Parts: sequence; structure tokens; C-alpha cells
Amino acid sequence: MSKYLNFIAEKNQVKYLIITIAFIIFSFFWIYPLLWVLSASFKTDFEIWGGLGLIPDRLVWENFERAWFGANMGRYFFNTLIITVVSVIIVVVTTGMFGYVIGRYSFPGKKILIGILISTIFIPQGYTIIPVFDLLNNLNISKNLIGLTLATAGHTPVIYILLFAGYFSRVPVELEEAAKMDGAGFVRTFISIMLPLTKPVVATVSILQVLHAWNDFLLPVVITLGNPDIRTLSVGVYAFKGEYFVDWSGMAAASVITILPIIILFLFMQKYFVEGVQGAVKG
Amino acid sequence: MNKKSLSKQIYDARWCYVFVLPCLILTGMFVIYPIGMSWYFSLLDWSGFTKEAKFIGLQNYYEAVNDEFFWDAFIRSFIFMFGTVPVKIVLGFIIAVFLNNQVLKLAPFFRTVIFMPVVTAIAIIGIVMTFVFSPFNGPANKFLMSTNLTSAPIDFLGNPDTVLPTVMGVYVWKWLGITMMYWLAALQTVPQDVYDAAKIDGAEGYRLWIHIILPIVLPFAIVIILVEAVGALNVFPLIETMTAGGPFFSSEVMEIYIFRTAFVTDSGTMPRLGYACAAGVFWGVAVLFITVLQGLWMRRTRRI
Repeated sequence: MSKYLNFIAEKNQVKYLIITIAFIIFSFFWIYPLLWVLSASFKTDFEIWGGLGLIPDRLVWENFERAWFGANMGRYFFNTLIITVVSVIIVVVTTGMFGYVIGRYSFPGKKILIGILISTIFIPQGYTIIPVFDLLNNLNISKNLIGLTLATAGHTPVIYILLFAGYFSRVPVELEEAAKMDGAGFVRTFISIMLPLTKPVVATVSILQVLHAWNDFLLPVVITLGNPDIRTLSVGVYAFKGEYFVDWSGMAAASVITILPIIILFLFMQKYFVEGVQGAVKG
Repeated sequence: MNKKSLSKQIYDARWCYVFVLPCLILTGMFVIYPIGMSWYFSLLDWSGFTKEAKFIGLQNYYEAVNDEFFWDAFIRSFIFMFGTVPVKIVLGFIIAVFLNNQVLKLAPFFRTVIFMPVVTAIAIIGIVMTFVFSPFNGPANKFLMSTNLTSAPIDFLGNPDTVLPTVMGVYVWKWLGITMMYWLAALQTVPQDVYDAAKIDGAEGYRLWIHIILPIVLPFAIVIILVEAVGALNVFPLIETMTAGGPFFSSEVMEIYIFRTAFVTDSGTMPRLGYACAAGVFWGVAVLFITVLQGLWMRRTRRI
């Protein structure tokens, strides 16, 4: 049940209209930079700097061709996709297991574990990046996607664990007892009874991790410094800017290739994005 | 009460330990171990790219606190925080108050639009904004000139005086959607009865907000401020892609300083991982100190 204060009374048409129009104008300006880059990706260089209009004269698909093949964005796209998908699987499994025992069981050392996790909440990524870079070098996994994927999954926000723990702690205890009566062990109870119940949390955590992995910049830019082959999209566009800084339309196309998949995902799964984000302050 | 022995308790909970292990290994490798190592590295004279490393004690720290670029970046990070967090908190609150109205039919649409920059890759936003704010026919300047707000193009990112406010503005734009969502969550916790009762009492306008709603959402405000404050100190991707700290270091915040001393060799300087770690540790401790202070403040306020 939602709580609302409707201080805009339905009867007060004028006030309602003014607020709506004000928000429409505000929204247009707000979204303009994103619309601008989308339209620029279909324009010629000359047209991009010609005016403020958003509708291209004709659709220049060659921009995307240049970005995808010429600037190697195709390869970076699949790198990013692999890192994102694998890190989501790792994160959901590991934090789900962790959240399950934290949420449902008490055992010696539990408080210490929680304490360790909480203390890492506000560790900035910049603080750990240099040793992570060194660690991957020493393990000989800094030159392929394995290292980057593991490191992406490794900086797990504690919020995922708390989301799982909170959800698991509310599952009625009878379900577990019934499973035990049927002879199901610890692992089977978790996989066949508990995990299917947590689909909403799995969805929320997955979405948050997709957002994190797809858009991450500091980690991939450092890890791929000497290895252009394993660049992600964000790093690819950044390098593009350095190498072909006069190809504006190609860069706009590369940008669109990077941001469009996430925006589409967001439009379809908005509910989970919102729940994940709000989880941080509700907890 | 028959208390089981510790070893029995541990044995009974053996599966619990198995279950926490994968996550613990990852966190250990990529969060806890790096924290420890950065302390150790900070005591070395080490480029990071060769095996040669010399233990030099606290010399890196000594050098950092005597480097004016270090302090400039340090202070700039806090200017960034104090310049953006209040704007986001206030603006986010105002927008949330409007969009929390059920009657406003387009509210879900506006929420989506305002949240859109949040899901957009930050590095891309940085790069796109260098176009948007370009002095050579960039859309921002085009707009300002076509509406006669300025007569000559403004070099937003090339002028040391305007670069930091511009980056701060983009930062607010990029993340305001999250602040709005936090506030919407907070406003949803105000019970409907409170609104109804307040209405019957005739409390309206600012009095309703100050005396009734604000006290209810205050505990949220403190959490929001804490999360936002720490967030505003982590702005590496945006600044690196928009200005890389320039021009003339005028937008160099702490993370850019660390990155520059650790890796960047364009300027002809040698990469110095040991030194960068010392700067990072110093910075990390400062951030932790602020977090703890805010945490204590949060606890005190919540108890009242």
C-alpha cells in the first residue's frame, strides 16, 4: 500500500497543468544530452556541429559500421557482455549462499563475519585498485578476461548480501522442516526450496550487478592499460576519443552502442532497478 | 540449558562455513588483501612495473604531505563534496515531493526520465559532456548564444574558473535520480493517517512540511547524506573522462591525483605505485574518519 499526499488537488486544474508543463520542459532539458548523442550518432560530422536540431537529415548508418569494426567496438561489446554475465552469476551464487546462512542460522564467528563485511562498505575502489592490479599480475590472469571478471565480481557491495539475508530471514521455518522430513540435506534444501523463493531478490541483485559491471570504468581502465584486446566498452570509447578524436560521429555511435543496451534493460525492468537502489536507505 | 561445546557447535554448522566461503574468498582477494597490501606498498620506493622495490619507511607519506598538488587535490575533493551533496539533497527532495503525488498522471514518466542518466555509463557521460560543453559550437554554447544569454562562447572545460562548477553540475545531473529515489522511499514511509490528520487539523503548506513530515523523514535524511557524501568523493570516472584533472590541474581531485602518480606517464614523470599508495592510504583514512563521524552523528540523532 502506498502513501501519498496529494497536495495537488484534482479540482485545481490550473495548478495541475502548470506543474505538468513545468515538468515536461524540465524533462526535455534533462534528457537532451542523451537525445543529442543518439541523434549525433546518425548524423555527419558537419551536421553534428551545425545546429541544435535532433532529427538527422538522413540516417548515416556508416557511423555504426566504423565504430563496430574500425574502432573495434564489436569486440569490446562481447568482452563487456562476457564480464557482465559471468560476474552476475558469480555474484548471485556467492552472495545468495552467504545471505542464506547469515539470514537463517546462527553459528560461531557469525558476528565477526558480519563485522568484516560492514567495515568494507565504504572502501572506495580507488583505494584497492593498485594491489588488485598487482595481484592479477602475480596470478597471471591480468592479460585475459578471467582476471577482469573475477575482480569485477570481487568488489561485491555488501548491500547484495543484506538484501538476500533480509529476504531469507522472512521465509517461514516450516518450509525448511518439511524439507528435512523428506530427507533433504542442507545443500538440497537451499537449492530446491530456498533459492526458488528468492526470485525477486535474485532479479534485483542481478540488475544492480549488470549496472555495475557494464558501466564500471576505473577497474577495467587500469587492468587493460597494456592489453587493448580485453577492453570493455567504456574503456574502448575513452581510447577512441584519444585515438580518433576528430571522428565525432563515430564516437557518438560508439557511445550509443555502450549505453543503449542498459537503457533498454532499465525501461523494461524499472521496478527492480528502483527496488535495488532504494534498498540502500531502507535497510 | 544444555550448552553445546564450541567444537560441536562448529561441527553442526559446518555447512554454514562452506556456504560463506566462496564470497569470503572473493572479498578477501579483492577487498581485504588489497587494503593490507596498499599499506605495505605505501612504504616502498617502487614504480610498480619492475621487481625492484626499496623499503623506505614513511618517506612517501612525508613527501605527500609536503606536496602542494596533494593538498590542492585533497581540498578540491571536499569542495566537490560540499558543492554537490546539498544541491542533490534539496533538489532531489523537491522533485520527489512533486512526483510523490498520485494525482500527477505523468509522474512515472518524469521519474523514468530523471533516472535515465543514472543507468548511463559514467565514462560515456564524461565523454559526451566534453562535446556538449565544447566552446566550438557545442550545444550548450549554441543554446546560450541563440538565446542571447552570452555573446561569446564559454570555454566551460578549458577555463580553470569554470571547469570545476561544470563538472559538479554534470555530477549532480548524472546522479540526481538516485537521490530522488531515496527521497521517494522516505516519503512512502509517512503513514497516510498522518497526512489525513494533518489535513483535518488544517495544517497546510510549509507548516505541514516543517512540523509533521520533516521529522518523520529526518532519519532517512541522515542516511541519504552519508551515502551521498561518500559517493561524492568517488568521482574518478567522470573527471578522468571529462577533463583528466585539467586544465592546469584545476579539476584534479584526490582520485585523479592518485591515478596520475600511479600510472600516467604522458607528462614525462615516472609511475610511482608506492607513492600513489601512500597518497591513497592517507586519503582512505580521511574518508573513513568522515564516515565514522557521520555514523556517530547518525546514531545520536536516531536516539533522540
